[in-house]
Amino acid sequence: MLKNEKLLKFLGKKIVRFIILLIFVIILSFLLIDMSPINPVKTYIANLGVVSPEKIAILESYWGVNEPITTKLINWLANILHGDFGTSLIFRAPVLDVIKERFTASLVLMLTSWLFSGVLGFILGVVAGFKKDTVVDKAIKVYCYILQSAPTFWIALLFLMVFSVYLGWFPTGLGVPVGTLSENVSFWDWLHRLILPMITLSVVGIASITLFTRDKLIEVMNSDYFLFAKARGESGWNLIIRHGIRNILLPAITLQFLGFSELFGGAVLVEQIFTYPGIGQAAVSAGLKSDVPLLLGIVIFSAIFVYCGNLIADVLYNFVDPRIKEGEENE
Amino acid sequence: MEKLLDVENVSISFIQYTQGLNQRDLKVITDLTLDISEGEILAVLGSSGSGKSLLAHAIFGILPENARQNGKIKYNGKELSQKDKEEIRGKDIVLVPQSVNFLDPLMKISDQAIGHTENDEEKKAKKAKQREIFEHYNLGPEVDDMYPFQLSGGMARRVLVSTALLSDPKLVVADEPTPGLDQKTVEETLNHFKHMKEDGIGVLLITHDIHAALEVADRIGIFYSGYVIEIALKEDFSGEGENLLHPYTKALYKALPANGFELTKGHQPLHGEIPKGCPYYDRCEMKFGRCKDERPELIDLGNKKVRCFKYEGGIEDGT
Ligand SMILES: Nc1ncnc2c1ncn2[C@@H]1O[C@H](COP(=O)(O)OP(=O)(O)OP(=O)(O)O)[C@@H](O)[C@H]1O
Ligand code: SF4
Ligand SMILES: [Mg+2]
Repeated sequence: MLKNEKLLKFLGKKIVRFIILLIFVIILSFLLIDMSPINPVKTYIANLGVVSPEKIAILESYWGVNEPITTKLINWLANILHGDFGTSLIFRAPVLDVIKERFTASLVLMLTSWLFSGVLGFILGVVAGFKKDTVVDKAIKVYCYILQSAPTFWIALLFLMVFSVYLGWFPTGLGVPVGTLSENVSFWDWLHRLILPMITLSVVGIASITLFTRDKLIEVMNSDYFLFAKARGESGWNLIIRHGIRNILLPAITLQFLGFSELFGGAVLVEQIFTYPGIGQAAVSAGLKSDVPLLLGIVIFSAIFVYCGNLIADVLYNFVDPRIKEGEENE
Repeated sequence: MEKLLDVENVSISFIQYTQGLNQRDLKVITDLTLDISEGEILAVLGSSGSGKSLLAHAIFGILPENARQNGKIKYNGKELSQKDKEEIRGKDIVLVPQSVNFLDPLMKISDQAIGHTENDEEKKAKKAKQREIFEHYNLGPEVDDMYPFQLSGGMARRVLVSTALLSDPKLVVADEPTPGLDQKTVEETLNHFKHMKEDGIGVLLITHDIHAALEVADRIGIFYSGYVIEIALKEDFSGEGENLLHPYTKALYKALPANGFELTKGHQPLHGEIPKGCPYYDRCEMKFGRCKDERPELIDLGNKKVRCFKYEGGIEDGT
């Protein structure tokens, strides 16, 4: 009981903090864009060509042109609170719809590679740690160091060249032009396009979790309780599973959740290179084409995404460990 | 009484890196010899940091990676290889570790005590046995589901002792089982070892508490700067200490509160600064010429042993 209350209190505090953070992020991005030479209304008109005066009036009132910056900001915040994020210039659709579709595509990409790199990295880390200083360990370590020092875009390009260009296993990019909602892409097409970016993103993410797991396992293997388990006659993989993995799983999962921001950053690059129709690619296009409403929308949602990762990591770290759990009950 | 364990001329050293890439051996235990028989309690008395835990860990083959061990450890007369140690640890030979930190913080007590099992049947049998022994040591069923951090000091001690007895061991190595406990719990813990002795189990009691050693041990081995300088009978610690052989042991005895708290000057040389000759040379009141540069061997006098030139011709010669 007490534990649930604590958890709720903890979550409440975190969420309040997040809302404050989000407001700051929003204000800051709004101000930055407002100070930049981009003018949402003018860009819109330039993009559309001929626009009726009524339409211009609607746009101007949405953005509060000719009004002081504070009014503009408050206006826009109020719109957001009503779920009105405006209309994307390049997609000619409500920003929320674009984000929903793009984010779904990105989430599939990010979460599959997140899981894939997490599971594989953990296994590699455990093997390397257990077989410390053997050839296997050294091979895994070298592999991780190379991955860690190679830039993401470089690995992505390499994969693209090898698997798509030379081997022709995967398409080099998505046929659907930027700015079109890709409703007509079939599931298989889409899966086919998912694989290469997914593998690239996984491969890039594996190094940190592997090295972390390896170090943690070695630390545990040198601990007093591990020694004592040995002295009690436990050995081999059973020993690793019973006492090793039990003690490193939680920190490893926590680290993996903390990696959400890097995951997002990686996704932006990878989506760009593979022209995968995700949120990262949309963000880049929105930036390049001055699609202000879309850009602001993406900033907000990616902040929420990264924050969720941190929040889950926090909760795991603070509430799943029995030492803390039971300890609170005993208080 | 059958001999159980023989530790013969065991040395343990660490590779230490001094300036740059120069390395040297830091000897922590030198030329350690002792033996334990069935139904006997041998106490090893040494100050903090003297390598007592390392001795215990050497017997179980769980020394740290950077440690190097020489000499022989024999069980039932047979020298143990690392593989043999892995084979018998947790079965014939069990460890009662120094603190509750030796329990997995994330595993329930009962699961740890039982250890890995192949099937449900085995698990049930072991569980029943574990409960029985825990019960015997006054640990209720609620303890089974606790995590180590929930145990009080006394409970933790009892858990560690009863866990050791789960496999019907022949030899128990107890590392520092008494510090941090109140008088009653110390008493209780020592009684556990007496009971083990009555059951014919050999006990190696590693401690820095001379009172605990005197209370339960049959023989007491004295550590000085990584050397065993004497293995004395408990009875020798009586009267004026006239039956004790080594000057350091005599001094230790005289320093006991009951014997006048008479302290000897100086301190034990640390590992790495031990003189070339007798390790006790700097403080010895009986020293003579050859003690300075020559290192005395451990002289076997039947059930006692001493490392001092005075006794080269036997006990009469020395006193
Ligand atoms: N892995 C290691 N590397 C280098 N030196 C070590 C290592 N482990 C132990 N030592 C050294 O060996 C010495 C003996 O350690 P040990 O733990 O056996 O002492 P102890 O007699 O059990 O002490 P305590 O009474 O504190 O338990 C210590 O002084 C320590 O410096
Ligand atoms: S060997 Fe010499 S210095 Fe060492 S204890 Fe004996 S008499 Fe003293
Ligand atoms: Mg110790």
